[in-house]
Parts: sequence; C-alpha cells; structure tokens
Amino acid sequence: MTDTADPTQARIAQEIADNSVVLFMKGTPTFPQCGFSAAVVQVLTKLQVKFKGINVLEDEALRQGIKEFSSWPTIPQLYVAGEFVGGCDIVREMAETGELSSLLADKGVAPAA
Amino acid sequence: MTTTATSVSAVPATAKPGPVHERLAARLQAGLAPLRLEVEDLSHRHRAHGPRMAALAGKGGGGGTAPLGLSETHFRVTVVSAAFEGLSRVARHRRVNELLAEELARHVHALEIRALTPTEAAD
Repeated sequence: MTDTADPTQARIAQEIADNSVVLFMKGTPTFPQCGFSAAVVQVLTKLQVKFKGINVLEDEALRQGIKEFSSWPTIPQLYVAGEFVGGCDIVREMAETGELSSLLADKGVAPAA
Repeated sequence: MTTTATSVSAVPATAKPGPVHERLAARLQAGLAPLRLEVEDLSHRHRAHGPRMAALAGKGGGGGTAPLGLSETHFRVTVVSAAFEGLSRVARHRRVNELLAEELARHVHALEIRALTPTEAAD
C-alpha cells in the first residue's frame, strides 16, 4: 500500500529498508516520552539489539503516516528486517516467550558486540 | 506506565463505567462473542492529579452530568475468544483495533490488548 508519491510513506519505506531494526516511537531511545515506547526500548536494550529509534513527535506527518503505513493505530511500532512486528504489547509478549530472540536470530540480526 | 501484574483499580467501586468504556465493551462483545471480556479504564494512572479526577469520576453517577467520556483515554482490554484461533498476534490485535477504530480515532490515546483463545486462557 506504499504510495511512492507520498514523501512520508517513501521515507518510512526507506528507513525500514535501510535498517535491520527500526522502532517508531515517542521520544528518543535515550529520552522516551511515553511509557509504552520506553518499555520497547528496554526490551531491545536487554536483548542487546542495535536499533534505530525514530521520534514521531518531531514530525506530525510521520506520526500519522506510520499508522497508515502499517494499518496500526498506535505508537510504538517495531520493524525487523522490513517486517512489522507489533506494538508494545506484542513485543513484550514475544520477549517473554523467547519468540523475539528467535525472530531476530532468524533474520540474522546479531546482538550488539 | 502500568505494571504487568493485574492490580485492583484505584477508581472507587461505586463509579459507573463511563460512556467510552461501555462502548468499547459493547463493540468487543458484539464483534468477538468472547467467553471472557475485561475492559479496564487505566486513565487515572496517566493523570498527574489522579486522586482528584477519581473523586470527580465518582461523583459522575447519579447527580451531575458525566463528562462525556472526555477523561477516558487509557484502557486495557482482555479478550478470550474462539475468533482468535489460528490468528497471529498482529492479526488478533488488528481485529480488536478495527472493532474499536472509532474510539481510537477520537478518544482513546492508549490501548493495551490481551487477546487469547479459550485454550490459551485455560493454561
């Protein structure tokens, strides 16, 4: 559903293509500005995953655009190897069951050295 | 930020569910025919002046006019339904999000979702 004529959708597609793990969040990994975004950062940090955090609060078009891109109404949103993984609830559940580690390994995303 | 453990709501037991709360429950009931459905209003945890708002919410029933759900912004829903059989986590959450799309677009800022099949809930 990506419309390449829309610069925001194009930017989103580019970001998830260029980075193995991308987290669209409120705030930055260092200064999350909502509990749900902070929770996902904590999960990724614990798993020693290198990821790119993108602050949707800096760009209203991006904040709305990412919801359209994924057909998912809330922030944060995690992408691994170009694939939408889920929001905070799903990421936490997958971390607890070990599915997130398996997914990262399957996609060739190694823990940070 | 909510704790992962289930905890007792701080809202007075006498407070009636607000209009947004009731609509969320009604849409999930109609759309998923759940064996179990819990809709928790966690909005008070996300307000700096929680105790005062909780008190105001308590006064909403009976006497004065309810604040039209304007203070209902954060919810956690737990749904146990056979409709989730064979669906991935993302697909389940999408089903819930779609049913609640109107509320998500207008009132609800944060929605936590637990979506289980009857088999999973029995574990």
